[in-house]
Amino acid sequence: MERVELQNKINSFGVEVTFAESEVPTQFLTAEVSSENAHALISELKNNSDSSFDYMFCQTGIDFPEHIEVLYHLRNTQNNSEIVIKARIEDRENPAIDSVFDLYKTADFHEREIFDLFGVKFNNHPDLRRILLDDDWEGYPLRKDYVDEVNIVEL
Amino acid sequence: MSVKELHKATESQEYFVNMGPQHPSTHGVLRLLLTLDGETVTKVEPHLGYIHRSIEKMCEKDSYQQIVHLTDRMDYLSCHMNNEAVCLAVERGLEIEVSDRVKVIRTIMSELTRLSSHQLWWGVMGMDLGAITSFLYGFRDREMITDIFEETCGARLTMNYNIPGGVMFDIPANFQTKVKEFITHFRQKLPEYDQLMTNNIIFRNRTEGIGVLTKEDAISYGVTGPSGRASGWSNDIRKSHPYSAYDRVDFKEIVYTEGDSFARYKARIQEMWESMNIIEQLIDNIPEGNYQEKTRAVIKLPKMEIYQSVETARGELGVYINSDGKKNPYRVKFRSPGFSNLNALNTMAKGGKIADLVTIMSTIDLVIPDIDR
Amino acid sequence: MKFDIYDFSVLTASIHESLGSMMGETAVMITEMVIVGVIFLTLFAVLGLALVYAERKVCAFFQQRLGPMRVGFWGTAQTVADAIKLLLKEPLMTKSADKFLFNLAPFIIIIASFMAIAAVPFALGLQALDLDIGVFYVTAVSSIGVAGILLAGWASNNKFSLIGAMRSGAQIVSYELSVGLSLLTIVVLTGSLQFSEIIESQREGWWIFRGHIPAFIAFVIFLIAGTAETNRGPFDLAEAESELTAGFHTEYSGMKFAFFFLAEFVNMFIIAAIGATMFLGGWMPLHFGELTSFNEIMDFIPPLFWFLGKTAFLIFIMMWFKWTFPRLRIDQLLTLEWKYLLPINLINILVMAFIVLMGWYF
Repeated sequence: MERVELQNKINSFGVEVTFAESEVPTQFLTAEVSSENAHALISELKNNSDSSFDYMFCQTGIDFPEHIEVLYHLRNTQNNSEIVIKARIEDRENPAIDSVFDLYKTADFHEREIFDLFGVKFNNHPDLRRILLDDDWEGYPLRKDYVDEVNIVEL
Repeated sequence: MSVKELHKATESQEYFVNMGPQHPSTHGVLRLLLTLDGETVTKVEPHLGYIHRSIEKMCEKDSYQQIVHLTDRMDYLSCHMNNEAVCLAVERGLEIEVSDRVKVIRTIMSELTRLSSHQLWWGVMGMDLGAITSFLYGFRDREMITDIFEETCGARLTMNYNIPGGVMFDIPANFQTKVKEFITHFRQKLPEYDQLMTNNIIFRNRTEGIGVLTKEDAISYGVTGPSGRASGWSNDIRKSHPYSAYDRVDFKEIVYTEGDSFARYKARIQEMWESMNIIEQLIDNIPEGNYQEKTRAVIKLPKMEIYQSVETARGELGVYINSDGKKNPYRVKFRSPGFSNLNALNTMAKGGKIADLVTIMSTIDLVIPDIDR
Repeated sequence: MKFDIYDFSVLTASIHESLGSMMGETAVMITEMVIVGVIFLTLFAVLGLALVYAERKVCAFFQQRLGPMRVGFWGTAQTVADAIKLLLKEPLMTKSADKFLFNLAPFIIIIASFMAIAAVPFALGLQALDLDIGVFYVTAVSSIGVAGILLAGWASNNKFSLIGAMRSGAQIVSYELSVGLSLLTIVVLTGSLQFSEIIESQREGWWIFRGHIPAFIAFVIFLIAGTAETNRGPFDLAEAESELTAGFHTEYSGMKFAFFFLAEFVNMFIIAAIGATMFLGGWMPLHFGELTSFNEIMDFIPPLFWFLGKTAFLIFIMMWFKWTFPRLRIDQLLTLEWKYLLPINLINILVMAFIVLMGWYF
């Protein structure tokens, strides 16, 4: 599906979304939503038969100075069109967002990893606990303000 | 309580068994907490993180050339493809067009890596099932490939042959002869693999119908690579988003529909045949040209986001680079195939026996450093 | 030229005479028992050494490598070195293990092997126990070993050992049936349970050739069931598990583990020896009924070498398919026995009995 067509389709979903505008064209069509609307947008993208993005190939977290973003990379297995959804979480103290486990089962491990390394809580996740670090680890290492005198060697 | 409930309460004798971090058949340090009812597995819970080396955090302080060296510690059996992923991503960001020679060399080395990874997988699968001899046969055939790598790149396991802009050294003079020798030798050996294991009735009984993964589950869990293709999902990145020289070779995408362990096994064996076909098509006509494009010493990507995926021996490896214009990336994320493949283990192994769990784990072909990064 | 097969009973009778002239009756009996015991202990040790070395070399050649080469000439002293190492190891005992049973288990297994090997005919007259119920005795005594395995698994106080021991117990008990029934097929031909008579009856030719199809089927079933009895080959999920540690002998170390290890190899020897005796003629050289000159040439090789050669051949076959085939799962193993081997065996015995009645054998 062409980008413009897809963009129009998404605008018609009724969810509040903004499209990234920049001078340099992005690799995929990028849609930014707030954290409250992310789940609605993604479930609409998956279930709507025109777009039907049934494969989430990557779920990432990024830590910015003022907010945390959760990225969802979706792909349509029939026609290989791709889209990136950026969910913006404003609250850096207690970040929380709805889990997409009910839509994509691969979110099980990916969301546990984002929780482990960024501290983002996912509502309705079946089993949210740390996956890569010890269960009693304190702190969220991939945040930019993470300080660890013992383990991190600053050169 | 009714009689039935009382029966169930007294009869259910679930107990927990730890297939601990050190174990002969978990292919690395992976802890599996099994809930067993007699011999039947009711739940498998993987505990990861024993070899977590925080590669993604390290990448935020490294230059782009240094990131390449970290990637081949992730999935050490397809290290060339891991390196290629980062190099392609950086080249896309800098908008460098590498020469045809580089593309062809990269493809040939990728397919050789895929072959050696599958050979090791076959050997280890036989060993897990009890036919210990297959381990030695797999390694014997793999020696020829590692010798070629040693002569070309200087290393047998962690090759670091790719750099952003091309490859580090030109191929040696006898590269083509040695690769052709290997292909001739291996074309005769691969039917032996079929004789030893594929057509063995004990092996068939241990793998047919075991660990079925449906196509919907495969897509939902994101199980890529031969494991996903054996469930009927055609997800080969080499076909859908061709990179390097894959658009000029002719090869089949191996897809089976049964989704059981035997289908995953067959998919990998067939992939070995296809890899040999790809190498044969390219080895005779390696085009002349630069083996390295000039880049700056300090690479700075403009402010952008890049995602590059390659098809490793295990599945789709994705590299996501978020750059803010400085010489270190702002965020690097590796979407490793093993991470998503392991997620589906519980669905596949539930209801089977312990012996089936071992079979399923060896057909998914896990490499734990790939999962833990 | 006719070479008479040397009769060892002449030698044993002369030793008995010379002892009888030196001491009284009871003393003679005790001395003879001690001598036989010592000979068998040495045989055990030597067999263990030789078989472990053979296994390592055979396995290595199948895997395209050389095996032990450094210790001794071509690695022949490797097993001796291993035995010394095992002797020097600390015999561990977990605190909550049942002390008495834990220590008893390896001995039970060794005793069972000892009792079985006593009845094996090595050459004419060279047999410790020539009971007239020989076959029955051997099958009965080799099932005592199960008790040792179950005790080992139970007394270790370890989940994995218990699972391994239960699996192994189920496997051995099931496959004993097949072993017994396939031996019965030959007994139907010979009409006697005594080993020396069975071998004598093969003077005209070995039963595997003379009993044609049913005897061959019984031989194949015997090989399969025999390897399952000794927890070897494709049926070794109880111990060589890449799934759950080392099965029923996880908690054993040092000499006690050496007992389990040794008992497995000697059991393999016993199964091969019984198979060679019943199906391949024991110490009887290869004769074909009418060809007297051929028979005389065959008699040239001493019967002891015939026996050892046949046993070695069967052991080689067992090692061959251990290192080639993958393992069976426990439910597949039991299905193989109860749904396939047992019915085939029963029908085979009926067919053999019919053939004997009709006289349709050579």
